[in-house]
Amino acid sequence: MQSLKAEGVEHVFGIPGGANLPTYDALVDADFRHIQVRHEQGGGHAAEGYAKASGRVGVAFATSGPGATNLVTAIADAMLDSVPTVFITGQVRTELIGTDGFQEADILGATLPFVKHSFQATDPRQIPEYVHEAFHVASTGRPGPVLLDVPQDLSRADIDYAPRTEPVELAGYKPPHGGNIKQIRIAAKAIANARRPILYSGGGVINANASEELRELAAADRFPITSTLMGLGAYPASGEQWLGMLGMHGTRAANYAMDEADLIVAIGARFDDRITGKLSEFAPHAKFIHIDVDPAEISKNVPAHIPIVGDAKLVLPELTREYRALQTDASRLDEWWQQIKAWQDKYPLGYEQGKDGEIKPQFMVEAMHRATGGDAIITSDVGQHQMWAAQYYGFDKPRRWINSGGLGTMGFGLPAAVGAKVACPDDAVVCLAGDGSLIMNCQELATCVSQEIPVKVFLMNNGYMGMVRQWQELFWDRRYSSVEMGPSPDWVKLAEAFGATGLRCEDSGELEQTMAEALETDGPVLLDVRVSPEENCFPMIPAGAAARDMVG
Amino acid sequence: MEAGTPQLVKLEELRVPGQLSGRKHILSILVENKPGVLARIAGLFSRRGFNIDTLAVGPTDDPSVSRITLTLDGAVHPIDQVTKQLHKLVNVLKIRDMEPEETVAREMAMFKVSSAVENRAEIIQFAEIFRAKIVDVSRRSMTIEVTGSADKIEAFERMIRPHGLIEMVRTGEIAIARGSD
Repeated sequence: MQSLKAEGVEHVFGIPGGANLPTYDALVDADFRHIQVRHEQGGGHAAEGYAKASGRVGVAFATSGPGATNLVTAIADAMLDSVPTVFITGQVRTELIGTDGFQEADILGATLPFVKHSFQATDPRQIPEYVHEAFHVASTGRPGPVLLDVPQDLSRADIDYAPRTEPVELAGYKPPHGGNIKQIRIAAKAIANARRPILYSGGGVINANASEELRELAAADRFPITSTLMGLGAYPASGEQWLGMLGMHGTRAANYAMDEADLIVAIGARFDDRITGKLSEFAPHAKFIHIDVDPAEISKNVPAHIPIVGDAKLVLPELTREYRALQTDASRLDEWWQQIKAWQDKYPLGYEQGKDGEIKPQFMVEAMHRATGGDAIITSDVGQHQMWAAQYYGFDKPRRWINSGGLGTMGFGLPAAVGAKVACPDDAVVCLAGDGSLIMNCQELATCVSQEIPVKVFLMNNGYMGMVRQWQELFWDRRYSSVEMGPSPDWVKLAEAFGATGLRCEDSGELEQTMAEALETDGPVLLDVRVSPEENCFPMIPAGAAARDMVG
Repeated sequence: MEAGTPQLVKLEELRVPGQLSGRKHILSILVENKPGVLARIAGLFSRRGFNIDTLAVGPTDDPSVSRITLTLDGAVHPIDQVTKQLHKLVNVLKIRDMEPEETVAREMAMFKVSSAVENRAEIIQFAEIFRAKIVDVSRRSMTIEVTGSADKIEAFERMIRPHGLIEMVRTGEIAIARGSD
């Protein structure tokens, strides 16, 4: 506990059990807040939401066996989205390890593929040391989850805690800092010579807290800029150079610009298949500058012509300075902008308005933007609603958009909102949920009520696992298979059963007002919004197709 | 091109290096001698779809450090990506992609060969040619120890196989850099 305190931990999410009883006993006297969740997966996602909203390390506790295995999805999620998190699991007593003891699971083995690093203590004196190392590894370089597994007898032992005076040093772990200045100069000169450049930024920019630095680079010469789902908000959606998100459900302007670009500057992005589509036809005319803190991302999917390994927060200002020093002629981009504007005019994001009060899901996201002043922390689940939020909410600031991008975990939104609200109690936190997703972790409504965490859940209720239905409609000949969610629970009553406020809206004319009411109501609120059941999320690049082949 | 010069970088002249080397690579990896390290490395290879051809693990002169020597095919795997992924493991201290010309690589193998009295002399002769040692003899078989490059061991196997190879074991290659002048 003292070592956690020394790491600046103020909040921990978790559930006690046999193997972590000693830890929970110590919590009684600890002066940080433990948020008792209702399922370990929820605790894990809450830790992620906390980390994503605040940039600080999120911490979750679970007991051995099923408590630990319930964390696995959250750990994998934190790995794929590079979320700084520390998971501390109880383990059976040392002498029982390997005997298939009660509530024994080899959680270290189970999570090996999904952790940045992990430890199992074999001596009580290791525990404080491992805690410090875990926080160091989780929060530096490319962030990620670290697991610390502590057998029950060890967490029980009394040891003297000597506060750490030295910074953590690990022989096999040296995260990079600034980039190579020669490479940065070459990059600046390449950009200066590009006629059709584009900045492609990802979640790494947000992790690096480098939004300001990104904006300055973009401002150096009116560079068009797009971002991945995870990078939204690093550059403001209201900015003039913003092309919208790219990738499978990105805008045509962003995807066509990538397709035609002669130079792509990737910053903290990893050329995931949701971005590239068919790899062999991805950005056929482009050369690539790739800036990433993780050297293994460079040339993993797309070969980089100018790799720069380093922290975006340090690399971007250098690149901006080197570029500005070249004093290039900004008019060389005029033609490029004409082309981009033509795409933007021809293919704006849009949808057919609903008739007779029908609530279109896109309209619901726009209403959310108005009701929240565009400045709430929005968490989401996974599916159509997530993509519509990314397309229509218009994030202007970093750490306002919290979702599961890499692993695509349904049920992420509500617990993540719990964590975000704990991290940022003064901000409005809204979970935009899908009805297929919300039910997967709806038990966390109990956490919101019992722990007095006033998150607002705006449920985009279309009665389907909508994205799967959309795929079945478009690519599987409308052979709908297990995508209907009905008969659904009565969400208003469910909210009330948990002790939260339940609201419902079925009329587009009343939506914004009802949302405002939900936001003004004290305590947790679930607002069930009935939207058009079979609306599709467009535009889209079908899986494995190229950007040119966007549909819708 | 000289860094710091005002001229611009021509995009059409930018090239990326080839990803596949097309040859066998020996990676010499120093790791912390801790439980589970081998599992992390093996897991990484299977997860990323990298195939290990041979693997040898042993202690070093420092008891807290072990050495893992593994060989893999650079015609199939981008070695650069393999080493970068390995470097991400916190327990991996150092990786050396051994240069073939500057490396002494050795492997040991033992061959159990059926040896009726009439062909024993011939087998012993083969063993002498390969500077192999006979380490066990029974009424029906002989066991021969061979040390050398992987090529030598494979050559010996080809020679001995027609005589009735019962079983063979190989250690996988270990390697050390040649001394510098």
